Amino acid sequence: MDYKLIRLDHRVILDMIMPNVSVLDLGCGNGDLLSLLIKEKKVSGQGIEIDDNAIYECIAKGLNVLHGDIDSGLAEYSDKSFDYVILNQSLQQISHIEVVLKDALRVGKKVIIGFPNFAYYRGRMQIFFRGKTPVMPSLPYKWFDTPNLHFLSILDFAEYCYTRNIRIERAVFINKKRKIRIFHNLIALTGIFLVSNEGIN
Amino acid sequence: MKTAIDKYNSIGEVVTQQVVLNKGKDFTLESGDTLGPVVLAYETYGVLNEDKSNAILILHALSGDAHVAGFHHSDKKPGWWDEMIGPEKAFDIDKYFIICSNVLGGCKGSTGPSSINPKTKKPYALNFPLISIFDMIQCQKSLIEYLGIEKLLCVVGASMGGMQVLAWMSRYPERIRSAIPIATTMKHSPQQIAFNEVGRQAIIADGHWKNGNYYGGPLPAKGLALARMIGHITYMSDISMMQKFGRQRKKSREAFKFTADFEVEGYLHYHGENFVKRFDANSYLYITEAIDNFDAGNGKPFYEVLKGADFKALVIAFKSDWLYPPYQSKEIIKACKLAGLESSYCEINSNYGHDAFLLETEEEKRLMTHFLKNVYSSQVM
Repeated sequence: MDYKLIRLDHRVILDMIMPNVSVLDLGCGNGDLLSLLIKEKKVSGQGIEIDDNAIYECIAKGLNVLHGDIDSGLAEYSDKSFDYVILNQSLQQISHIEVVLKDALRVGKKVIIGFPNFAYYRGRMQIFFRGKTPVMPSLPYKWFDTPNLHFLSILDFAEYCYTRNIRIERAVFINKKRKIRIFHNLIALTGIFLVSNEGIN
Repeated sequence: MKTAIDKYNSIGEVVTQQVVLNKGKDFTLESGDTLGPVVLAYETYGVLNEDKSNAILILHALSGDAHVAGFHHSDKKPGWWDEMIGPEKAFDIDKYFIICSNVLGGCKGSTGPSSINPKTKKPYALNFPLISIFDMIQCQKSLIEYLGIEKLLCVVGASMGGMQVLAWMSRYPERIRSAIPIATTMKHSPQQIAFNEVGRQAIIADGHWKNGNYYGGPLPAKGLALARMIGHITYMSDISMMQKFGRQRKKSREAFKFTADFEVEGYLHYHGENFVKRFDANSYLYITEAIDNFDAGNGKPFYEVLKGADFKALVIAFKSDWLYPPYQSKEIIKACKLAGLESSYCEINSNYGHDAFLLETEEEKRLMTHFLKNVYSSQVM
């Protein structure tokens, strides 16, 4: 597979994951990321997804998926039963973020979280100059038809991890085409964090 | 006829075959009783490949039979899951070898209470031993061995057919590469038992039932029809009934009181009366009892029984199914996950209630075609 053709956020996550591990993808969508990880890193993968059509696509790809709501819980999974739990572009759509995050950190040894950065400069300008809720490539929805329930910035999430004693092992910030190294809370569209709760124990 | 076959892309004319299992020797049943000789009626479509790795066993529900696809000679209606089986369908007969047999205890060619007891030369009636879902699959295993198949590519079935799938997963995991239990449960809830019991009591209360000894005389037709009517209500949903019948009345208003003048009433009567022509009341009693007594783990938690097994599972439920609600399928997938099986769960968005497994064939086709393809190609490698 041509590395350059892979979606940048998927490429970042691919780089974060060791080969031959187990992965649980919460909100796995049409299964593109999971398929990529299985193919490139030989992971044993599992997904949870709520969308009907996305589930059909996942099954067509031969993935192991559960049709359901992330919010309804990971109770059946035992502690540290996955090497990685992934929440890519799904965190902001979960009702009870804290409950799910806590459970993800319980079930997974490490958790990867990718989310759109609400504090991206163009969003800030849309609010400041136009007085309107921002619409941008990472948050493409109008206020009335968005599936997103939470709006957070990269700084918000970093601060949250600090207050909850969640250890940030790595953080990568990207815009559409490349990684962002400076002023990420201003010029990154997306933040991808690799975290664990090793700090707590 | 020809056009009908073309239209459905059907496999054409088929025949039901029969085989005496186990070379006529007795089977020991779960209850400890013995039964023999046992005959199973079955149909097969497609060709078994050289390494015998393309066989799929389809398992029927309470009132089904071996005739799952194609047309019997001079029949206008195809088998009960015809839309799923045929060239380019989910169970593609150009690729797979399909087997479906009538269950033990049935009345469509397999040994059941209406069969002749070789010892008395009369129908078994209530001398037929109590049977279980595990007894049914024991006979199916004997059938596939007779057909020369060591390992099945897939076992698939809905409702009671799904219970048989779970029984295969539990009892003969080394004999299957994949399993698709649809709209089913690991064990019946009190509500499910209650509906079956009302059906059974309707038969038993019929004066013609005579403790099961009605063969050769008038049939307990009213009781069996009533049992079927109750069944049919549980197979539909509030929405599907509203869409199908509304509060429409039939055109001819009859002059008597309590005649069936709502369309829904006519529908239930029609299906009840039709059922009597094709189903044996004692079979209904025995099979519903087997369903109620079923426990996939046979006393142990299902996930424990599944541990160490190596096959893929696809669990399917339907949103509006209130007879076998999705929560029961979720318990099945939970057990699969806990046992470490490669497994998927899909809840099809349908209004048809439990009947959806016969009606949502487009969605089922989408799911199963790819699932089977993946299982089939992974074993070739």
